Amino acid sequence: MPVQTVNGVQVWQRRDRVGAFKHWLGWLVGTLIFLGCWHIISEATTWAFVWDAPQQGGQLLSRMIPPRWSYLNQLWQPLWDTLNIATLGTILSVAIALPLSFLAARNTTPHPIARAIALVVIVTSRSVNSLIWALLLVAIIGPGVLAGVLSIALRSIGFLGKLFSEAIEEIDQLPVEAITATGASEFSILTYGIVPQVLPTFAGVSVFRWDVNIRESTVLGLVGAGGIGISLSASVNGLQWSQVSVIFIAIFAMVFLSEWVSATVRKSII
Amino acid sequence: MTQASPSRRWSPPPLIRNPFQRWALILGAIVYLLLAISTLRIDVARIIQGLDRGSRMFAGFLQPDFVSRWTDIQAGILESLTMTVVATVIGVAISIPIGFGAARNVAPLPIYLFCRAWVALARTFQEVIIAILFVVMMGFGPLAGVLTLSFTTIGFLAKLLAEDIEEIDPSQVEAIRATGASWLQVMTYGVLPQVMPRLVGLTVYRFDINLRESAVVGLVGAGGIGSTLQTAFGRYEFDTAGAILLIIIGLVMVTEIASGVIRKQLQ
Repeated sequence: MPVQTVNGVQVWQRRDRVGAFKHWLGWLVGTLIFLGCWHIISEATTWAFVWDAPQQGGQLLSRMIPPRWSYLNQLWQPLWDTLNIATLGTILSVAIALPLSFLAARNTTPHPIARAIALVVIVTSRSVNSLIWALLLVAIIGPGVLAGVLSIALRSIGFLGKLFSEAIEEIDQLPVEAITATGASEFSILTYGIVPQVLPTFAGVSVFRWDVNIRESTVLGLVGAGGIGISLSASVNGLQWSQVSVIFIAIFAMVFLSEWVSATVRKSII
Repeated sequence: MTQASPSRRWSPPPLIRNPFQRWALILGAIVYLLLAISTLRIDVARIIQGLDRGSRMFAGFLQPDFVSRWTDIQAGILESLTMTVVATVIGVAISIPIGFGAARNVAPLPIYLFCRAWVALARTFQEVIIAILFVVMMGFGPLAGVLTLSFTTIGFLAKLLAEDIEEIDPSQVEAIRATGASWLQVMTYGVLPQVMPRLVGLTVYRFDINLRESAVVGLVGAGGIGSTLQTAFGRYEFDTAGAILLIIIGLVMVTEIASGVIRKQLQ
């Protein structure tokens, strides 16, 4: 700890001279990068619109309130679709991620090449957002709930596969050894030695992803992949802001409920 | 176990012990699944028709065209990266005070409730919905994207930071307070050093997420590589779209590996 003597009194300092200089230099470089980036953003911005924003925001709010509650009757079907997109998408992705994660986990993979392929699938799936997947799928299989289900599933495979395989890699080897010692087959080792250890984690992670998927599936309709996003985009494009606020409240309620369900289920599992 | 069973066959205990609850749950799940699948409305004719476009798309992805729209792609990437940097910095700068405010052990109740409400609001809505609102208010362009990402960064970072602050070791805070330090000094010397490694780790992680999201907010006009992608799709230039997607995947992979390495070093 650097201590300097100034006028015969020992003064404590947090960093020595070199450390302080490096610290300062780091901040300088960081600030310069930030300012440079800000400059680029600022160049691309029409500032007249931005200065106008508080007024625009106020107008928006005044058009949103009061919400047109009667519109809620037209929202049940899209809300049901949204729930189905999230749930079916999650189920599908769990079904695919389960075998994938056993291929991707270091201790259960049958072959290093299988592991490499599984990891590439996981990373690719994780790198592309569900909305972009939806954009692709709507072009291929047409607009509708099915495209939404598939895009949610495609995005979730990577997430679930990564967390599942990490859970498999972290298991306790002793039960596995004990079951191997009884002369059990490979399959029995898997079902009695490994699966019971990872099942609670798998269930918890899947429920968590379902909760995230509810949130994600609310916007898939913006590119035509079904759910409440279709109503949202129609209302925004039609400048029906009093309907938009009803949609927001519906989404808020749905996300709140799904978060509550997911938290309750996860608490009862762990 | 019934006594009538000839062989004492062991079966693993079921996940839900109460048989009535278990069967009710299974039955409910089956009914729901049937109902949900029946709403899918799979249009086979449309899918077959789309397969042609799908194969063209796939061909485009196999032969990505980086060259013909390179200036657009380059501008999109640069915009995404700058958006990410600016949004992460602004988001973190706002998250730190809100995170302190949302930690029950350092903030008084009214401030705690205010900050928690703010965090809950920022977390509920998907980025894209917030992006739509900002685009309506500020017009098209990267600034709307920056504000969106900053806003969602607050919901993520402030929440996790607050949880971390609530779990700190109180004895160090007490020791600093015992020296007669002011509130600000207690925070900077008692609390901040304890949460700093995690704060830096979360910031790096959030940078990674923001880059990913910056590709998406562009779909609704909030700038970045997403806008370029949307344009390429609109023109049916699937080879360019394939190139953009490959670049996004590559960028995300690089930042993910980098953020993983940095976070591992911090621990």
